[in-house]
Amino acid sequence: MTKKIEAIIREEKLNDVKDALHRIGIVGMNVSECRGHGRQGGVTLAGRTGSYQVDLLPRVQVNIVLSDHNVEKTIETICRAAQTGNIGDGLIFVYPVEDVIRIRTGQRGRDALIYPNDIDERRVREQAAAAGSSPAGK
Amino acid sequence: MNEISAGDTAWVLVATALVMMMTPALAFFYGGMVRRKNVLSTLNLSFIIIALVSLQWVLLGYTLAFGPSLGGLIGSLRFGGFAGVGSEPNADYAATIPHLAFAAYQMMFAVITPALITGSFVERVRFKAFLLFALLWATLVYDPVAHWVWGVGGVLRQLGVLDFAGGAVVHITAGFSALAFALVIRSRRGYGAAPMEPHNIPYSVLGAGLLWMGWFGFNGGSALGANGLAVTALVNTNTAAAAAGVAWMLLSWRDNKPSVLGIVTGAVVGLVAITPAAGFVTPLAALVIGAVAAPISYYAIKFRQRRGLDESLDVWACHGMGGAWGALATGLFAARSVNPAGADGLFYGHPVQFLIQLVATVIVIAFAFTLTYGIATALNRTIGLSVSDTEEQVGLDISEHGERAYA
Repeated sequence: MTKKIEAIIREEKLNDVKDALHRIGIVGMNVSECRGHGRQGGVTLAGRTGSYQVDLLPRVQVNIVLSDHNVEKTIETICRAAQTGNIGDGLIFVYPVEDVIRIRTGQRGRDALIYPNDIDERRVREQAAAAGSSPAGK
Repeated sequence: MNEISAGDTAWVLVATALVMMMTPALAFFYGGMVRRKNVLSTLNLSFIIIALVSLQWVLLGYTLAFGPSLGGLIGSLRFGGFAGVGSEPNADYAATIPHLAFAAYQMMFAVITPALITGSFVERVRFKAFLLFALLWATLVYDPVAHWVWGVGGVLRQLGVLDFAGGAVVHITAGFSALAFALVIRSRRGYGAAPMEPHNIPYSVLGAGLLWMGWFGFNGGSALGANGLAVTALVNTNTAAAAAGVAWMLLSWRDNKPSVLGIVTGAVVGLVAITPAAGFVTPLAALVIGAVAAPISYYAIKFRQRRGLDESLDVWACHGMGGAWGALATGLFAARSVNPAGADGLFYGHPVQFLIQLVATVIVIAFAFTLTYGIATALNRTIGLSVSDTEEQVGLDISEHGERAYA
């Protein structure tokens, strides 16, 4: 199964999140700017005279489509990188994805999500390394 | 026959260009403060005025303002179409530059003044109604007041009022006309319910910076010569802007944080306030005039907001109140030691000058407010001043001009 992760995060955390995802091998993503608010409601900005309230705050939405066995690790990584501990850190939504088509090659489903050195290739390498070293240990 | 001075003429031509630049600068100052769907409309309200009022000025405006006086109230039609306005100086106004240079320099003042008013009705004004308003206003309000204050034989000039570069002619007329117009036109839909955020404060900073620079031509050029008086006016202009910018920074810091939009607004208010006084006071007086102008306009904005009036970009608070303070302050701080052609103010032992300034200020306020209220009401009842709710929701860039600012 493929899933889509939609993470609404602080603008200033985008680079941290991107770097952290790259480190675990999430190489494909797209990002859009959005505005919104949750429970915190808004902020006060300085105007010409005094202040005014703004309720829709700028946030960044990171979209990632990936295989479901990678979802938990990705969520943990985003949370760790995007957290400040203050109200307004954002939310993550996870959706099922019907199908994925890579336009260049026509590959579908999981095949369309494979990149060189991505999270799945790394997993295979790590497992192979673990398998190669275990007989000697036993 | 008067000798033309190359230096004086060169300076007045440069000053003319500087003042011309102020209107597009104002367009950006205002354009940054509106929502993105109305930025082209707002820029255009100023830009089209450059073209429209330039034509009006050549054909009719100049002669109404500076033609030979009819009873001190209005100029005769002798200079209509710039007839007889050529390279010979007109010693009544500027003996060392071509008459045409003076007329061109004054044209830029006539241009920027109605452009100032546009801040009051942005984001909802119907363009067609605005064009008519601008022509009527330039002819019925600006030209007569310019004649009263600056025209030889003009009633307020006879009274002895001091208005170096247009505190009354430009800023009081624009500011109080903006107030009158805002009382006639409806508010923007949703005004007061949701904040209408400035969409591009960098535009406003750019506009204010260019206004500051242009103001050297506005006030410095009003000396109509490349001389010590021009230098005095330029230094006073810079000092007042600086003092008002710093004062506004402190005010907004006390209320929240030092707002950048606030700081640049403060500088503009300082420039407004020093305009009538620039060639009559010392730099220290200019500092005080600027520093006091900031709180006056700052609290005028707060007062206007409390009253719930959608005078959208605070033309009244900044230009009306800043200009009125400047006109009165001229009656306090003017000194013949600075400019022998001026007068002594209250602080130099001549309290009558303050009274003269007060009377002139009240007359100009009453005239500009009343006529603008009348013109705006007439237009509102006939062709309508504002666009429909749908047009406003879509934004004036699309609904009035069929264009979008950012593709």
